[in-house]
Amino acid sequence: MIKTHREAITGAQAAAYAMKQIEPDVVAAYPITPQTPIVEYFAKYVADGVVRTEMIPVESEHSAMSAVVGAAAAGARAMTATSANGLALMHEIVYIAASMRLPVVMPVVNRALSGPINIHCDHSDTMAERDSGWIQLFCEDSQEVYDLILMAVRLAEHEQVRLPVMVNQDGFIISHGVEPVELLPDDVVKKFVGELKPLYPLLDTEHPVTYGPLDLYDYYFEHKRQQIEAMKNVFKVFPSIIEEFYQISGRKYNFVEPYKIDDAQYVMVALGSTNGTIKYVVDKLREQGKKVGLLKIWMFRPFPKAEIQRLLTGRKAVVILDRSASFGAEAPLYEAIKSSLYDVASRPLLGSFVYGLGGRDINPELIEFAFEKAMKHELVTDQELYLGLRE
Amino acid sequence: MPAKYYEIRWHSRAGQGAKSASQLFAEAILDMGKYAQAFPEYGAERSGAPMRAFNRISDEKITVHSSVENPNVVVVIDDTLLSPAVVEGLDEKGVLIVNTAHPIEFIRKKTGFNGKICTIKATDIALEEIKRGIPNTVMLGTIARVTGLITLEAAEQKVRGMFEKKLSAEMLQANMRALRRGYEEVSCSG
Repeated sequence: MIKTHREAITGAQAAAYAMKQIEPDVVAAYPITPQTPIVEYFAKYVADGVVRTEMIPVESEHSAMSAVVGAAAAGARAMTATSANGLALMHEIVYIAASMRLPVVMPVVNRALSGPINIHCDHSDTMAERDSGWIQLFCEDSQEVYDLILMAVRLAEHEQVRLPVMVNQDGFIISHGVEPVELLPDDVVKKFVGELKPLYPLLDTEHPVTYGPLDLYDYYFEHKRQQIEAMKNVFKVFPSIIEEFYQISGRKYNFVEPYKIDDAQYVMVALGSTNGTIKYVVDKLREQGKKVGLLKIWMFRPFPKAEIQRLLTGRKAVVILDRSASFGAEAPLYEAIKSSLYDVASRPLLGSFVYGLGGRDINPELIEFAFEKAMKHELVTDQELYLGLRE
Repeated sequence: MPAKYYEIRWHSRAGQGAKSASQLFAEAILDMGKYAQAFPEYGAERSGAPMRAFNRISDEKITVHSSVENPNVVVVIDDTLLSPAVVEGLDEKGVLIVNTAHPIEFIRKKTGFNGKICTIKATDIALEEIKRGIPNTVMLGTIARVTGLITLEAAEQKVRGMFEKKLSAEMLQANMRALRRGYEEVSCSG
């Protein structure tokens, strides 16, 4: 077994530490709360000469993503990190990074989008990018931040994928919360992430290529189809990456994490740090003999439909928690789960709960309340309910 | 059985070091082979604004990521913050620890808390020993004594580990004295 060391660090430190070990060629970033400590810690590694990364302190997030796109197209391993309005300001280039098939990895520290201005956690920032063509991973705790950033590099750079990856962590709750994290030795990480194999790099002047030219009705559609296929390849490629990571870390990942689900009749589905609180409530209700369980979503894009169908068919009720709203339509995770279950043999009763907008706390009592609603069969499909809201 | 958590809530003003103190405490707990979280609560980030920080401690892995509502211990770093609000959710079996030069009766009156109250002149001790009014190290000693969650030795090891490379031998010794005085000079009633 590989010797790891355990440190009490924040989610932001976990992200910066992973970036230090990955040692990308280029990091371009602009600070924004609550992502700021990632940039600060990483900038210190650069200033101290711990990494040889070219750090570009840009004037905006739009420029950060533009610089990263340029660097990645040139053949460099490039990273950035952002939050909320910073991600929104990047949006134009976020879409371009995916369209150019650039294997960029970006930790995103989830924070509510303005307005009104709010610095705390919800998933409105990342959900606004769900159709941008990026792979989206969600972390329950700081350990997962560290682990998934390392795996994200392999996934992004895989020849059959070549797509950018966002690794989401909940703002403040994870980014500024100190927890124990098992860290791998530098050489083990370096060996795991390996060297980037540039594909069609701009700097290969012997084989000139062009990126982002005019592409009208003659080929644009075919290029989009290739992106769609690349996303599907994630399902083929990810299992071998997680297996390899398990070999070095002893920690098992997947598209989703089922928790006490085998005989569960009532299952909750959620993204991010709330999953840990749900696990606590599941343990408590299990002790009372209630058949409850959790399905944690690690990968939101591409959406692991087959896994979800297999794990949720035949349950009595499924409660979906969303930390973002879709105004005038169903909340994003609820919509995705509901659509996945259209074709299953035995469809469960579904309930949609929106919670935690702008950092509103979600405690065990609120989660228990949502489970109670399910167990009493008081859920109405498509009736959106709210947890912890004054009405 | 879901893990039982021991929870601490810190009240201070931004810049007084409650965030670092809660982190230091969590690290000391982890060093003893237990599990701990430390997390601050941010409002508007400006120096001097009231802020809170939290610890959650357990013998098992902690998965809960919600705020702390019913702490076992409340620690007040700045006594100008004393009001019934600081003991909200603290039941009478809990402990209120205050950095203050005021008598315990004063604190009881300000907060309306009827349970155990412990006081320590942490800022004065810090000024005497480390010549700066940053009470973190002193408070760590006090909390070790009052809660028994970490031993004085574990706290000493933590402070040494933190400061050995950053501070001169003299300043390190000053911090160690501050820690020990926090442990020894706390007085409790109730």
